[in-house]
Amino acid sequence: MMRPRRLRMIMACMAVLLAGPFASGDEIPLAARKSGSEFMSRQTQDMQNDDTSNPAMLWVLEGETLWSKPAGTANKSCSSCHRDAATSMKGVAASYPAFDETSSKVINLEQRINLCRTEQQKASPLAYESRDLLALTAYLARQSKGMPIEAKDDSRTRPFREAGEKLYSERVGQLNLSCAQCHTDNWGQKLGSALLPQAHPTAYPLYRLEWQTVGSLQRRLRNCMIGMRAEPYAYGDQEFVNLELYLMWRARGMTMEAPGVRP
Amino acid sequence: MARALVNVPANARRGDIIEIKALISHPMESGFRVGTNGKIIQRDIIQTFTCTYNGEEVFKAKYSPAIAANPFISFSTRATDSGEIVLAWRGDNGFEAVETKQITVE
Ligand code: HEC
Ligand code: HEC
Repeated sequence: MMRPRRLRMIMACMAVLLAGPFASGDEIPLAARKSGSEFMSRQTQDMQNDDTSNPAMLWVLEGETLWSKPAGTANKSCSSCHRDAATSMKGVAASYPAFDETSSKVINLEQRINLCRTEQQKASPLAYESRDLLALTAYLARQSKGMPIEAKDDSRTRPFREAGEKLYSERVGQLNLSCAQCHTDNWGQKLGSALLPQAHPTAYPLYRLEWQTVGSLQRRLRNCMIGMRAEPYAYGDQEFVNLELYLMWRARGMTMEAPGVRP
Repeated sequence: MARALVNVPANARRGDIIEIKALISHPMESGFRVGTNGKIIQRDIIQTFTCTYNGEEVFKAKYSPAIAANPFISFSTRATDSGEIVLAWRGDNGFEAVETKQITVE
């Protein structure tokens, strides 16, 4: 309850600092990229890396149960069509958001799961940040652990990625900050007690100790936007999906470590 | 829904020190927080954790409201005989979760 308020105050100070000629606008060289986990304490790294102490594994376990549970009026389970997730879903989370032919848009993994819920299972879509959707997403993300992020770059996805890049570099909100000012120009610096990470989406969904629960990448992005005193987009908005795609592209080739743990 | 992730070695040599690790899904609501309606959110915590080894209690912990959600615990005990290791969490609102693991000791 107290931390976001403190973060907002600190961000206000940052805004003053960043109003100066600090912003360089140059992207981080590929070889200099670091996952957020490299900025964490040893203890938090250990918690993430040991399956028996990583609390997000509770969600993975639940996702595994849901995977083979029939749902909807079609009374079909995910596994009845996709069989063993270890094979069929390997690498899938590492390549989302991806282009969806039907809607001619880029969609994220949560939206892809909900498409199968509504179209295939004939069930109601799961709400964003609901336990079931996070559990299924965590279970799928887990099947990509250790694999490189593969953000597609083709003529269909490019406009969405470019829109995401624009959102990333534009100043917004009452503090007039951009994502890039913190995460590209000033990563590694301290913002109060937090180290500014490079904002790579390598570990989502993840267990955040501050939340005491698992949350999606969009929940994390909402936190940053609230800190910038900008109006956060609603869950599932195309702006958020575009941002996700841009972040994945920025992190292309980096190793998936979901489900992660963050402070 | 109570869910636990328990790690007990399936095999050990007699006399070995074995490590037991367990993670449980629980909100650990402290009873000190105020909800959006301005009212105190009722306390809902795990009060005790016990581990029995072939019926004998080998480890016990008392939990307090200051412990975070989804608590993780790890401790060690000595492998004596083959049999059952039972982990049990009990708490507010009749909360109870029990996990049983088999161990083979040679
Ligand atoms: C004033 C600085 C600031 C701005 C501006 C900001 N963030 Fe952040 N962001 C942070 C901090 C600090 C953290 C890490 C907090 C923690 O976990 O301790 C973070 C974390 C993140 C993470 C999580 C990285 C990980 O390893 O889990 C992502 C992704 C992210 N930000 C994206 C964004 C995006 C996109 C924007 C623009 C919409 C943005 N941020 C704007 C400060 C900022
Ligand atoms: C009746 C069969 C059926 C069921 C049930 C089903 N799916 Fe699917 N799923 C499909 C088909 C067919 C596709 C490919 C659709 C396409 O390419 O347009 C797909 C695609 C996917 C993809 C994208 C894979 C990729 O490579 O991009 C994911 C993720 C997915 N499903 C997850 C799930 C989950 C999670 C569930 C259960 C909640 C589920 N599906 C239930 C048939 C099903």
